[in-house]
Amino acid sequence: MSDVQTSLAFRANATRALGDASLRSAMRQAADTFGTRRADAFAPVADLEALRDKASALRLQVLDRLQEYEEMFASRAAKAGATVHRAKDAAAAREIIAQILTDRGAKTVVKAKSMVSEEIHLNAYLEKAGMDVLETDLGEYIIQLVGETPSHIIVPAIHKNRQQVGKLFAEKLGVDYTEDPQMLTKIARRSIREKFLNADAGLSGANFAAAASGSLVLFTNEGNGRMVTTVPPLHIAILSLEKMIPSLADLPTFIRLLPRSATGQSITSYVSVITGTRKPGEATGAKELHIVLLDNGRTEILSGSCREILKCIRCGACMNVCPVYRTVGGHSYGWTYPGPMGIVLTTLLTGMAKSHPLVDASTLCGACVEVCPVRIPLVDLFLKLRERRVREGFSKPMEKRGMRVFGKAAASPSLFSAGQFLSRTFWPLVRAFGGKDVAGRLPRPANIPFHRRVP
Amino acid sequence: MRVQLFGTCLVDSFFPEVGEATLKLFQRFGVTAVFPRGQTCCGQPAFNAGYADDARTAAAHFLSVFDGDAPIVTPSGSCAAMVKHRYPDLFQTDPVMHAKAERAAGRIYELSQFLVHALRAHESGLAGKGTITYHSSCHLARDLGVRDEPLILLRSMKGVRFVPMPDATRCCGFGGTFMAKLPEISCALAEEKADSIVATGADAVTGCDAGCLMNIGDAMKKRGNPVQVRHIAQVLAEGL
Repeated sequence: MSDVQTSLAFRANATRALGDASLRSAMRQAADTFGTRRADAFAPVADLEALRDKASALRLQVLDRLQEYEEMFASRAAKAGATVHRAKDAAAAREIIAQILTDRGAKTVVKAKSMVSEEIHLNAYLEKAGMDVLETDLGEYIIQLVGETPSHIIVPAIHKNRQQVGKLFAEKLGVDYTEDPQMLTKIARRSIREKFLNADAGLSGANFAAAASGSLVLFTNEGNGRMVTTVPPLHIAILSLEKMIPSLADLPTFIRLLPRSATGQSITSYVSVITGTRKPGEATGAKELHIVLLDNGRTEILSGSCREILKCIRCGACMNVCPVYRTVGGHSYGWTYPGPMGIVLTTLLTGMAKSHPLVDASTLCGACVEVCPVRIPLVDLFLKLRERRVREGFSKPMEKRGMRVFGKAAASPSLFSAGQFLSRTFWPLVRAFGGKDVAGRLPRPANIPFHRRVP
Repeated sequence: MRVQLFGTCLVDSFFPEVGEATLKLFQRFGVTAVFPRGQTCCGQPAFNAGYADDARTAAAHFLSVFDGDAPIVTPSGSCAAMVKHRYPDLFQTDPVMHAKAERAAGRIYELSQFLVHALRAHESGLAGKGTITYHSSCHLARDLGVRDEPLILLRSMKGVRFVPMPDATRCCGFGGTFMAKLPEISCALAEEKADSIVATGADAVTGCDAGCLMNIGDAMKKRGNPVQVRHIAQVLAEGL
């Protein structure tokens, strides 16, 4: 799996994944576990629906005044000692980060999990520039060892089972094979920990950016996030614009929603709030902090009809419940963000020309809408994108003609009856040429349709 | 009581016996069912595929056929949800059509919903036989909020043992045009659904949407039909 986008091959990717028994059982098991944990975690939250309303309203408020919040965040963060950079696109962000590192002669970079860094393919770029980049989140670490990309935004190695991880560690790290998760974690920790102490820089993302205080907020479980952001002398955080929340006073709403939606925890092991650099007298914190605010298409999304996707807080609940995602896995979607939120974000960020088959990757069942903590109307967005695909000319000409005929027939009872008659009469032909996948799964049309049986 | 029956294109073309069972149920409860002539399809295939103009053509036809004030009842959660939630959106720029769409949206009901709330069919001693499990279709449950009505009806039936299905609300993989566009995934989802159904040990699986039942039926056929697949109208009308 490389950094090349393969969203156009969604069907082929998915078909390949369907034939991968270990992927399918790993996916099914993990998605079910997260789904159950989520439900259990929310069971005692009596005001869940009100909480979702509040979170949705807060996120919309941020989107309505995004520029204002972004400017407030930038000035407050700068006041607290951070250097704030603005990157228009992926290339700009990569250059800014590489430049900061090069200027300081940094060679070794430790990374906490960041999907935005995946979006801009940062690792490959820094490695090309001769730097040693180490992922320190366990899942990311596994993925990096295999040379893949994450297949889930919260659980990057969700598609791997422990036997595969055991084999990988034995092969790449020269340890004895074990499939005991605790042992595997220990092995990874030992290997990663050495690097922390010698790293020149730490690279992280952020779950939220509180505008009023210029603070970064990170939700993590393994402790690596705290190490990455405090042990090395230099910390670079990269985040996309829509991560803003008005202030830290709004954080409790998201503390209650995000971990429960993501992993079914009532809170993550660590919630780190980073406001600026290490102050005199403080024992921890990076001496130098750079914050890269990435646009990469967000401003354009903001002005369009699918802007609500920017409310997303990256919990991954939508993918855990998605029947398609849990069956075909994240790599099938062919870019950084998979599952329901990924369909929308990928088509908007990379353009219809590179991604249009993704808009079909939903049965429109609405399971995602039911769990989204910030009430993104994902099904409505899929429908809007499908309309846009037709408008932008990426639908098959035959489909377009077919739908025109369908519309005409639906408005003309006699034409409709004629269609029924023809398909019934020439059923063997329909089956032969209508595609065995489709017509082969339909029953034979009734000899006398219902409308002719009604007295 | 008078109702307008919307048969749906799937029932009309493939499952006329579901329409007949629906008529039988209406007759049993003293409802006069009018079948507006000229009805075709609600337009959902075009709408869900992104062809709003073609969907509008179908919707406009539907609205002209289903004129009046009587409740519109249909043996499909998906088609009812289309009329209820999508029709008004389709005519946002046309005040006259929009008003018509709103009126239709306000008086359309899915069959089980109508049977429970308007006819209290669950208190009428319907009878059947066998062990039956139920697939909760997506648009019915999530868009219309009809989750309990089919269960209330099935549980009320004399001679029927109802067994719940694990993950009953998980999509069967039909998804309208999804079935045609991504058949491999659609089949995989139907297989998983069939596993859940077979695991219940039921003689029959029922549901409120012919599309899902067709998809499930295909998966069952591939296994030699271990479980019958029947629309809820057929199950409820069996003893009449």
